[in-house]
Amino acid sequence: MPMTAVMRSVIARDLTLAWRRRTDVFTSVIFFVIVASLFPLGIGPEPKLLLAIGPGIVWVAALLASMLALSRLFASDYADGTLEQMLLSATPLSVIVIAKVIAHWIAANLPLVLIAPLLGLQFGLPSDALAVLALALALGTPSLSLIGAIGAALTLGLRGGGVLLALLVLPLYAPVLILGSLAVEATTAGLAAQPYLLLLAALSLAALSLAPWAVAAALRISYE
Amino acid sequence: MLEVHQLACARGNRTLFRNVSFRLEARSLLHVAGENGSGKTSLLRILCGLGAADAGEVSWRGEPIGVLREAYWREIVYLGHANALKDDLSATENLCMACAISGRWTTTASARDALAAFGLAACCGLPVRALSQGQKRRSALARLSLSTEAPLWVLDEPFNALDAAAVKHLEQLIGAYIDGGGSVVFTTHQDAAISTRVTQRVDLDALSATAEVAT
Repeated sequence: MPMTAVMRSVIARDLTLAWRRRTDVFTSVIFFVIVASLFPLGIGPEPKLLLAIGPGIVWVAALLASMLALSRLFASDYADGTLEQMLLSATPLSVIVIAKVIAHWIAANLPLVLIAPLLGLQFGLPSDALAVLALALALGTPSLSLIGAIGAALTLGLRGGGVLLALLVLPLYAPVLILGSLAVEATTAGLAAQPYLLLLAALSLAALSLAPWAVAAALRISYE
Repeated sequence: MLEVHQLACARGNRTLFRNVSFRLEARSLLHVAGENGSGKTSLLRILCGLGAADAGEVSWRGEPIGVLREAYWREIVYLGHANALKDDLSATENLCMACAISGRWTTTASARDALAAFGLAACCGLPVRALSQGQKRRSALARLSLSTEAPLWVLDEPFNALDAAAVKHLEQLIGAYIDGGGSVVFTTHQDAAISTRVTQRVDLDALSATAEVAT
């Protein structure tokens, strides 16, 4: 059976499971909306200030919402023994990991990308900045899923793994956060966002080329 | 085919077993016996390459399994204690997915036939969470009848939670598979009729007893 066929079935399976458990998806989206909406409420109607902090807040909220979903990436497959079967597959584990991360990105991060422009409106971001915000999230969140997958694999089966996962992963998210909010701020300041967007894409590609192998190694370690 | 040389496994300070050696040829049925906690599951996991042995080596057709990796996993089927079923998928979906993950292509129709052979024709469309423990075990075992071309099955307590009819069907399945050239390593606590076909036995209790005498 060719690798692409295995990848396709794993992606289809994980998306089916996400759809049948769609409340999980909704909770992280609602979390994202609530966190990003609390700031304007707390800071008050000060257009200049909101415009200045808006991009950073939407990005931080997206980071947290994305991290919240990470623990679901391997936990259920680990609990019911499916992960064991994935480890014993004729297909390299890193390929299955890529498929799982793609499905996870679609189910957990794509909704954030789509809803982020709406949240940007609360901070009075101009329309070109809203477009850049969505684009920056679309290019940056794949690296969040990939880096997060390493953390999720390392903390698999540990007690209190959730907090440990946050401590492991959040510092590694910093470059994505910085580049992502700079891209939006550059647009509001009338500068080019392209360099930041390219760097975000480069980070995601670098993560795609390295993370799956690290995840596969971490998963094997957690079983030995 | 499968060669195990001087295998040892420890959990913490306790040695579960050591000096486990055997050779498994085609058409053989190996029964791994031992009390609870004697290391049967650990041994089976090491045989599959899921666990690491503290000493010794497992080779497949003359090569260590740690080197073969995917080439070895293509040839074995492992069914552990966990059924590897997703509660939200139906038995048919689960079976198709299990085959896809292991790298074997299967159609929905053949998956349904395999489930029907295990007496699950009526409930193969239901989400697995609605099935009983025995029915779940059966839907996990149905994977075996779609994997007869793999030369080695490693089965951890396959007869658990099964009723008499399912036990009989599984025994027939294993019997036919061995006649067809396959070999099986399994553990069980039940006096199954399949025991008449057992060609080899590894008794972990006896092994640990001799190990204690030796030390």
